Amino acid sequence: MTCMTYPENIQDLIDDFAFLDDWEDRYMHVIDLGKALPPLPLEAKTDVNKVKGCASQVWLVSDQKNDAWKFSGDSDAHIVKGLVAIVLEIYSGRTAEEISKLDANDILSKLGLSEHLSAQRANGLAAMIARIKTEALG
Amino acid sequence: MTFDVQQIRSQFPVLAREINDYPLTYLDNAASAQKPTAVMDAMTSQTERAYANVHRGLHTMANETTEAFEAARGKVASFLGAPSDKNIVFTRGATEALNLCAYGLAHMIEPGDEIIITQMEHHSNIVPWHFLRERHGAVIKFVPVTDEGALDLGAYKAMLGEKTKIVSIVHMSNVLGTVNPIKDMATWAHAAGAIFISDGTQAAVHMDIDVQDLGVDLYCMTGHKLYGPTAIGALYGTSATLDKMQPFNGGGEMIEDVFEDRVTYNDAPYKFEAGTPPILEAIGLGAAIDWVRQFSSEDIRQHEMALYHAARDGLADMNSIQVVGTTADKGPVLSFNLKGAHAHDLAQILDKYGVAVRAGQHCTQPLMARFGIHSTARASFGIYNTLDEAERFVEAVRKAARFLA
Repeated sequence: MTCMTYPENIQDLIDDFAFLDDWEDRYMHVIDLGKALPPLPLEAKTDVNKVKGCASQVWLVSDQKNDAWKFSGDSDAHIVKGLVAIVLEIYSGRTAEEISKLDANDILSKLGLSEHLSAQRANGLAAMIARIKTEALG
Repeated sequence: MTFDVQQIRSQFPVLAREINDYPLTYLDNAASAQKPTAVMDAMTSQTERAYANVHRGLHTMANETTEAFEAARGKVASFLGAPSDKNIVFTRGATEALNLCAYGLAHMIEPGDEIIITQMEHHSNIVPWHFLRERHGAVIKFVPVTDEGALDLGAYKAMLGEKTKIVSIVHMSNVLGTVNPIKDMATWAHAAGAIFISDGTQAAVHMDIDVQDLGVDLYCMTGHKLYGPTAIGALYGTSATLDKMQPFNGGGEMIEDVFEDRVTYNDAPYKFEAGTPPILEAIGLGAAIDWVRQFSSEDIRQHEMALYHAARDGLADMNSIQVVGTTADKGPVLSFNLKGAHAHDLAQILDKYGVAVRAGQHCTQPLMARFGIHSTARASFGIYNTLDEAERFVEAVRKAARFLA
């Protein structure tokens, strides 16, 4: 999978992170991505939209238009909201087939963020990705 | 023994670890403490020298293991100031001890009977009482907590009445650090005819406990926060209270005789200890108690509180820090929030600097609701922490604040 070509917006994300050479800069960038993510309206922050398995609160809303899945999300924690932004960047606006072919593990390791992906980690990144795949792929 | 923190640290091999290229600063002691080699050695050497199931054995190793296991019970009794070993029931921890209390006393509860707890209880001292609400119609009353994190004792006294059957109050809060005046609270509860239980999970680690002086009917503690193993704790009960309580689990050891149509029970504490107990863990707990008691509890208290104050003073000039739990009478627990940030953000960034703290609701949702917050970060100090570590913690919080501002 390492030689896989990614859609332009994902490649841009990878290129941006490639400039960051320590964890402090990467965390700062993750937090900035979260700050740039438009907040979900209050009425979308329902129990149904809450992603289980996250220690902080994470909401994910999905919407399908002409084959393409649009995801939006939010969190009450800065780092997790940044991870939500990255997950949305990876998956939102794509068809089920495109979603099934994307390797989140590979992308996150290219971003230097694979430490966040373990299912045991309380940030819930793995749970968010699983939820997106369930929504899109059934 | 003189209190030498470097000498103490040398007995905890794990403290030499590095986390993310920084020296480990372990400030999650209120969740679980590290173990000294003395505890690990006691468990290993028992396994290597004499291991068998306890009680009723007729061979040498069964007798030796039983003696070591029962000696551990004696150490717990002495540690808590209990009149006799018979007042100590081994449990899996304080959670199981509190569940045993609720289960054992449930038969005394009729619909409308009242159980008084507080807004600062751990879920372990809330949910078992909800069982009695759901199954027996008990009414749970919560003593309010003041803005500083103390109990509203006037409200407590006003709640006590003839319907009060059980009062169960934490001795030291795991979030606020507040030490509650349970001796007085027990006296008032007894005057109303209620049974008084205290959850000593945190208190037993940081204070001298004398259950007879406190006048409690039941007192719960756990081993793993006291530098001992997991899966072992204890319930102290007065003989009169333990005799009133119905057995919890049924099985071996807790019976006297079993017939096809009836069963008669062993006496306390064995009545509550069905099945093979955590033998090695109990022996490990005994070793942890021996280990802690070689130091003066006043030395430990002064050391830990000095670290707490250094950490708190170090954050004092940061306007963005909100400390939760500011009573004068408290243990070495610092709960706080950084304005505009989630406690989880803070904990994740502190971990990057090698600093281990807990962040979240700390199993105290009613307390979080009382303060109108979702979570806190919590630094909790133990016997082996140093002033350097308190300073590293402060420095890491300052760095994290720069990220999250």
